[in-house]
Amino acid sequence: MSGQGIGQIVVYALALVVLGYPLGLYMARVYADGAFAAHGWLGWLDWIERGFYRIVRTQREKEQDWKSYGITVLVFSVLFWGLLYLIQRAQGHLFLNPDGMKGVPSHLSLNTAASFVTNTNWQFYGGEYTMSYLTQMAGLAVQNFVSAAVGMAVLVAVVRGIARRSAGTLGNFWVDLYRSLVYILLPLAVVVSTILIWQGVPQTLHGHATATTLQGAQQTIARGPVASQIAIKQLGTNGGGFYNSNSAVPFENPTGLSNFVEMLAILLIPAAQVFMFGKMVFNRRHALAVFAAMFIVFAIGISVNLPAEQHGSQVLRNSGVNITQGHGQSGGNMSDKEVRFGQAVSTNWTVATSDASNGSVNNGFDAQTAAGGAVPLVNLFLGEVIFGGVGSGLYGMFFYIVVAVFVAGLMVGRTPEWLGKKIEAREIKYAAVGALFVPTMVLVLTALSIATKSGVASIFNSGVHGFTETLYAYDSQSNNNGSAFAGFGVTNFSAYFGAIAMLLGRFVPMFAGLALAGALARKKVTPVSAGTFRTDGPTFVVLLIGVIALTAGLMIFPALTLGPIVEGLTH
Amino acid sequence: MRNVVSSVIAIALLTAFFGFVYPFVMTGFAQVAFKHQANASLIERNGRVVGSKLAAQEFKSPRYFHERPSATVPAYNAGGTTFANLGPTNPDLAKNVKAAAKAILKLEGPYNPGLTIRQIPVDAVTTSGSGIDPDISPAYAELQARRIAAERKLPLSTVQKLIKENTDGRSWGFFGEPGVNVLELNLALDRQGGK
Repeated sequence: MSGQGIGQIVVYALALVVLGYPLGLYMARVYADGAFAAHGWLGWLDWIERGFYRIVRTQREKEQDWKSYGITVLVFSVLFWGLLYLIQRAQGHLFLNPDGMKGVPSHLSLNTAASFVTNTNWQFYGGEYTMSYLTQMAGLAVQNFVSAAVGMAVLVAVVRGIARRSAGTLGNFWVDLYRSLVYILLPLAVVVSTILIWQGVPQTLHGHATATTLQGAQQTIARGPVASQIAIKQLGTNGGGFYNSNSAVPFENPTGLSNFVEMLAILLIPAAQVFMFGKMVFNRRHALAVFAAMFIVFAIGISVNLPAEQHGSQVLRNSGVNITQGHGQSGGNMSDKEVRFGQAVSTNWTVATSDASNGSVNNGFDAQTAAGGAVPLVNLFLGEVIFGGVGSGLYGMFFYIVVAVFVAGLMVGRTPEWLGKKIEAREIKYAAVGALFVPTMVLVLTALSIATKSGVASIFNSGVHGFTETLYAYDSQSNNNGSAFAGFGVTNFSAYFGAIAMLLGRFVPMFAGLALAGALARKKVTPVSAGTFRTDGPTFVVLLIGVIALTAGLMIFPALTLGPIVEGLTH
Repeated sequence: MRNVVSSVIAIALLTAFFGFVYPFVMTGFAQVAFKHQANASLIERNGRVVGSKLAAQEFKSPRYFHERPSATVPAYNAGGTTFANLGPTNPDLAKNVKAAAKAILKLEGPYNPGLTIRQIPVDAVTTSGSGIDPDISPAYAELQARRIAAERKLPLSTVQKLIKENTDGRSWGFFGEPGVNVLELNLALDRQGGK
């Protein structure tokens, strides 16, 4: 751990706040009622927007209640899932396939379609040798935009539910979808793609290049429309790489600067959404407290992962090679890591991608030390609420906030309130489902997979580490992350179980969130009194972190002892 | 039903725009403004493509700097990247590291009397994340310098100068870690001549 490395992480954290804050305020404006861009020279944007609503047969003013909103999301997602499945199956017969990729097998297409529609981007395939340019561009990258926008739309609907009083509706899905796509994701994606292309990420429709190396061998160099896809895979917390090794591949992530920009893109929108939330509920101090809690857990992740990886694995230390930082190397556990990133930057990425539901990686998690690899494992299990996925992270955090407020209410013996709304039995039920369904599913699926022959067949590293691989796989898919202990292999069993995990992991919490919002929207607001539990001070920050640790944290602890903890103790 | 109709229309529109218009526009822009990078930073010598700045390639000759180990099949496959995925306690990891260290001692030992395993930097014996990491650490380049100088009958200082020239520092002097681009360094060596 050098001062320089830590300095890079500090600059990252600062940039997140400095850019996230104004973006959050901008996003609050984007989603406000009425026209967003009707005035002045931007008037044509509003004209296009209204055209879109006409074509999809809706009106801007026509709002939906939580059920109707949720059903529209579901129908839209299921149909898109079908299209994505078909594109993969048929890619061998379609255009934009210069390298002659064949159709993707059925179980793999099914898993991958579920993976991208749910914003997971789990990859049981290697992109550069499986998918045609058509599938990458018009299938996968479209979902990078759309699944992100769906998450953002649902979040806005939920926040409206919290903000509104005695209301029945949460907004119009098509409006929230369109605005997320066109006014937020698209401009950011263009900026990020441009920077990436400049730094060396390919953007071409030519097929692979062939080189004759200096020693006379033939080398195939995969390329394609990479930058446009990588930009949105980071911004939309998708994470599905163009290449198998994801953002460790120099063609996805060529320099220290490209790495910084991609890493920033991972958490930028989720961080901004916390500020957007504060603006929309007229309580900036509460949002700041939530931000602080997230930030502290983020910092804890860094402070565990970085020393563990810099210290290196027992194998490397025993081997006798030089793993000490300095004198022309960054040292530490360099297994499955890239020289241009070294330890500090790899740690920063590891924590950012697992706090969010991003799941792209710039180093191989399977090769991380026991303590290092436990950090993303736990981060996922908390439900990716530390900034989290675009949209899904913050509405996931709302479940914990409701539980925290409820616990505080029990302690002081008063009806719990959140932002003036009374939290009653119904809200607690929705929040409990939202917070506990996914962790429970992770444990059940892991158990099933470990207990069956066809489940165990996916394991690559034997012994304790194989258990961690399995746990991580279902943790990642259920929480819609998509990162992996990548040795875990594809079988029929793991493809179908994974697809189920991703679909339930996406839509159950989403409906819990919408239902919670629907219930809250109907409530009146009680004025703040001396007895109201404050949700904007350090006490609340501590309480919120405590609740997260007690609910999800304790649930994963037994599994942790079977995996990383045993591994950390055996040498 | 209403939802189905709206969804089908929206899916068609969104796929057309985000699946074709957006990437095509970015491709057009990239091909005009950053043609070299957009086509995978290929390097030509005498009119022939010899590789990419961003992909490692196999060097076995003692006259060249060597890359880090690679887990791809075949090694340094820029069309099939992969991690090694060996866990921190996997016996294969210990075996691979040991074998790599032994090979380096055997190769570099004659040019570096008294060389011990302690002097081998860790990136020299570990697989990279992509399997095509184009860089080695400056420490690993330094370790190989004496061999290159002897094999090419160049002064050590010349080799060290070339290493320095082909080291990519941190972006803006701050982001990332320095690395020596092996392909560019070897091309520079070939240009330098020597016997």
